[in-house]
Amino acid sequence: MNLNATLIGQSLAFAIFVIFCMKYVWPPVMQALKQRQKKIADGLEAADRAKRDLELAQDKAGKQLREAKQQAAEIIEQANKRSSQIIEEAKEQARVEGERMKVAAQAEIEQEVNRARETLRAQVATLAIAGAEKILGEAVNEKAQSKLVDQLAAEL
Amino acid sequence: MATENQTSAEYIQHHLQNLTFGRLPEGFERVDHHGKVVETLTDSAWTIAHNAAEAKAMGFWALHLDTLGWSIFLGVLFLYLFRKAAIYATSGVPGALQNFVELMVEFVDTNVKDTFHGRNALIAPLALTIFVWVFLMNLMDLVPVDWLPLIATQLGIPFMKVVPTTDPNATIAMALAVFGLIIYYSIKVKGVGGFVGELTLHPFNHWSLIPFNFLLEFVGLLAKPVSLALRLFGNLYAGELIFILIALIPVWWAQWFLSVPWAIFHILIIVLQAFIFMMLTIVYLSMAHEDH
Repeated sequence: MNLNATLIGQSLAFAIFVIFCMKYVWPPVMQALKQRQKKIADGLEAADRAKRDLELAQDKAGKQLREAKQQAAEIIEQANKRSSQIIEEAKEQARVEGERMKVAAQAEIEQEVNRARETLRAQVATLAIAGAEKILGEAVNEKAQSKLVDQLAAEL
Repeated sequence: MATENQTSAEYIQHHLQNLTFGRLPEGFERVDHHGKVVETLTDSAWTIAHNAAEAKAMGFWALHLDTLGWSIFLGVLFLYLFRKAAIYATSGVPGALQNFVELMVEFVDTNVKDTFHGRNALIAPLALTIFVWVFLMNLMDLVPVDWLPLIATQLGIPFMKVVPTTDPNATIAMALAVFGLIIYYSIKVKGVGGFVGELTLHPFNHWSLIPFNFLLEFVGLLAKPVSLALRLFGNLYAGELIFILIALIPVWWAQWFLSVPWAIFHILIIVLQAFIFMMLTIVYLSMAHEDH
């Protein structure tokens, strides 16, 4: 219980401990604590940002999906329109072609008819003369009667 | 645990005597515990005191080897553990030791920041050192009172007082160091004039009341280290004394019925006293930084 030089020894020890603590213990521990605080703050901030980004991305994706659907509908509509147009065109073409072929066929028929008529006419003259010869029993002056025969043939 | 050749008074005195190393003066008569003179010193001698009278005769220039030894051992233990944690401190997932150290550091740091608002690199580590060191020294009080002194006696060491904070030298030394810091920072922050002004022109700012102010303020200033040292010493000394008194009760089961509850209650006291010493240090130093 006596006060003695222990006082000085204890003061010295205390001073040394405090200085050691101040130099070699406190700063590294505080630094680690601060770094961890910063890390956690950064992590939270990153999470927030990621959440916002996700929301944005979801919005964007939804919008794009809607646009794509709309576009698809438009394309289908256009295609439908186009296909009906093509069908109409094809129908028209077919009709025109049919018409044309019909006209050509008719022309050909007419030509054939005319040709047949010409042939017939030519043969009629001969036949008429031959018939007449048989009936008259003599030769008919073809030249003299040709005018008559031609008249006949023209009447056919 | 008073033995047959030791009275209760001797037992208590034995437990309250520090292991003192110092110089016995020339002509000093060394006696054994029956009071018989064993030898008369013809020359002054550096030695270990074998009883209270010898320790007293050694005067101021003597050392309490047990107080110094235990307190330095505990201080080194504290710094070793904390330094180890500090070296391997990582900002990632902390280990058990780092976790504990961080807990203590944050606890102290919060208390310092709540009380002290200036910028000072010393105060927080100072508070941490005080808190942990005082706590560890107080903790020695929970070691059963007879264990270490008994081992010491077997080893031929006459005295062994294991709780450094029951030695006023330890608490006064810390209080004086804090007092020195109070004066240093008072003068550094406010200047000599400011510090003297604080002592003399407060609380009544009139020249005729300077002596009265000085008396008030000086007593107030001195009361800081005195109360700091005596509060810690008194609490721990009383606690130690009660452990010793309980140990003296001859009924063997009284140890558990009295010593255990007192030890459990004492856990509160040792933490509280360490905390109070730390907090008051912070408060006093923050007052020293404040300009009126």
